[in-house]
Amino acid sequence: MSEKLTEDQIRHVAKLARLNCTDQEIATFTTQLAAILDYFDQLRELDTTDVEPLAHCLPIHNIFRPDQILPSLSNEQALANAPRRDGEFFSVPKILDDSNA
Amino acid sequence: MENLTFQQISAEILKKSLKSVELTQHIFGRIDKLESKIGAFISLFRERALAKAVDIDRRLAEGAPVGPLAGIPVAIKDNMCTGFGATTCASRILGKFSSPYNAHVVDQLEDADAVIIGKTNMDEFAMGSSCENSALQTTVNPWDINRVPGGSSGGSAAAVAAGLCYAALGSDTGGSIRLPASFCGVVGLKPTYGRVSRYGLVAYGSSLDQIGPISRDVYGAAALLNVIAGHDRRDSTSVDESTAPVKDYVKNLDHPVENLKIGVAQEFFDVEGLDPEVEKAVREALQTYEDMGVALIEVSLPYMKYAIAAYYLIATAEASSNLARYDGVHYGHRTSRPKDYIDVYSSSRAEGFGDEVKRRIMLGTYALSAGYYDAYYLKALKVRNLIRRDFEQAFEKVDCLMCPTAPETAFKLGEKTDDPLKMYLSDIYTIAVNLAGVPGISIPCGLSSGNLPIGLQIITPAFSEAKLLRIARMFEKETEHHLSKPFC
Repeated sequence: MSEKLTEDQIRHVAKLARLNCTDQEIATFTTQLAAILDYFDQLRELDTTDVEPLAHCLPIHNIFRPDQILPSLSNEQALANAPRRDGEFFSVPKILDDSNA
Repeated sequence: MENLTFQQISAEILKKSLKSVELTQHIFGRIDKLESKIGAFISLFRERALAKAVDIDRRLAEGAPVGPLAGIPVAIKDNMCTGFGATTCASRILGKFSSPYNAHVVDQLEDADAVIIGKTNMDEFAMGSSCENSALQTTVNPWDINRVPGGSSGGSAAAVAAGLCYAALGSDTGGSIRLPASFCGVVGLKPTYGRVSRYGLVAYGSSLDQIGPISRDVYGAAALLNVIAGHDRRDSTSVDESTAPVKDYVKNLDHPVENLKIGVAQEFFDVEGLDPEVEKAVREALQTYEDMGVALIEVSLPYMKYAIAAYYLIATAEASSNLARYDGVHYGHRTSRPKDYIDVYSSSRAEGFGDEVKRRIMLGTYALSAGYYDAYYLKALKVRNLIRRDFEQAFEKVDCLMCPTAPETAFKLGEKTDDPLKMYLSDIYTIAVNLAGVPGISIPCGLSSGNLPIGLQIITPAFSEAKLLRIARMFEKETEHHLSKPFC
């Protein structure tokens, strides 16, 4: 945990998060995240060996409902905010290379 | 008219001695005069609000039924979807997103005949403590226009404080209702996790997010909670009636809680950076309760100091997953000339998100990534359990806890924008409450020598909002802090 955060690690994280970052942003984020992670290191003081992780505080668990078709958004409503559409579809650049087709 | 309380204004409308249309026009008159200085609203619905007011007046004239918030001008934080106008989350990435549906709470307000006048500014995606992370505009504190209103629900708190509405909805993931309420001298309630449906609330940290009211006084908060609380099958984390029944939060509001025991922890006053003026005002507030015959009991919350570290791991991990939906494909901003389909994601997101949102996505992605999951994310969840136990143990001895809402009063615009960690530390008193899932309220408890509001935070066990509001109301009845007004 206390190892020094590097710009390459931050570049990798940016790639995982699908965020294009400039070199300047990578440098800034590396410095800032290193300081924040240093602060987080205080959690290491705590012995949590026998402590269960707590994901949420609700007195409920899985909520099931009958598998019934209920009214939902129409195609037109669902597509209304699409930045690019093609008829009834969301439009994206080609995903497969011709060689994979 | 802005000197009337929520309760009085509501009674005037029901008695027909004040027309809903007159009140709505009066509010828009104030907005025309003050909004250019305050910057609280991202959008305003003047015509729609007046049409609603006309309808309410007509029904009152005919003796037809009206809802419990009839004619009350309210505002909504712009991370709650409305089927009218835009929903921006104060982010460029949502562009002109127009929601096909209303959030559950918006439907509830409409059904209660509140007059929705506009949607308020916020930190982008509710990530921030000052409202300065809005990509769209600056909101200032009505008490001092060189200072922040607090965040992330800064627009809602500033609008209520400046008399641009009678109440507003905010959302609170780590203090985003209570902190701005404290900085702006108004009342802000974060209900128990699960009390209010989040259907239609744009997600940030899903195990922490909760919607709640901001108002001039405790009565207003109770009246709004009455309308928005309750089960909604569209949010599977909203708790049903058999688990925790919704109470009438207004009904016994003026009944003091008998044999009240207040817990006070030394840890609350050991916080680094606690402004002596804040400490003094909070100690005076405790004295006010003691003078009412209430017992103060020493408790200890030894794990509270770890709350910020645990929170910023959990919330950012959840955010990195929640915000993956902004992909430049389904809605919102899309980069103009992507190199390939991956670049649709990476460039759209790079262009659309602001710095703090990027920082939190990166932090959360890192905390969840291979090799760091156990050391950071899992560790934080375990510490969260320890923090919850702190509260459970304290509540075995006392009815509520009292502490400052924030270690300081509103800080200057730009003062903390270069140091994200410093900004995070503003949430030291509020964050543990979200981790434990319990309700907390901030009420005004004094002014600093610089004439800036100070907030008292009261915390009670899960689903005890009725008691929490009554405890807060006891203070309001004894004091006049909630009547203090900013320059406008």
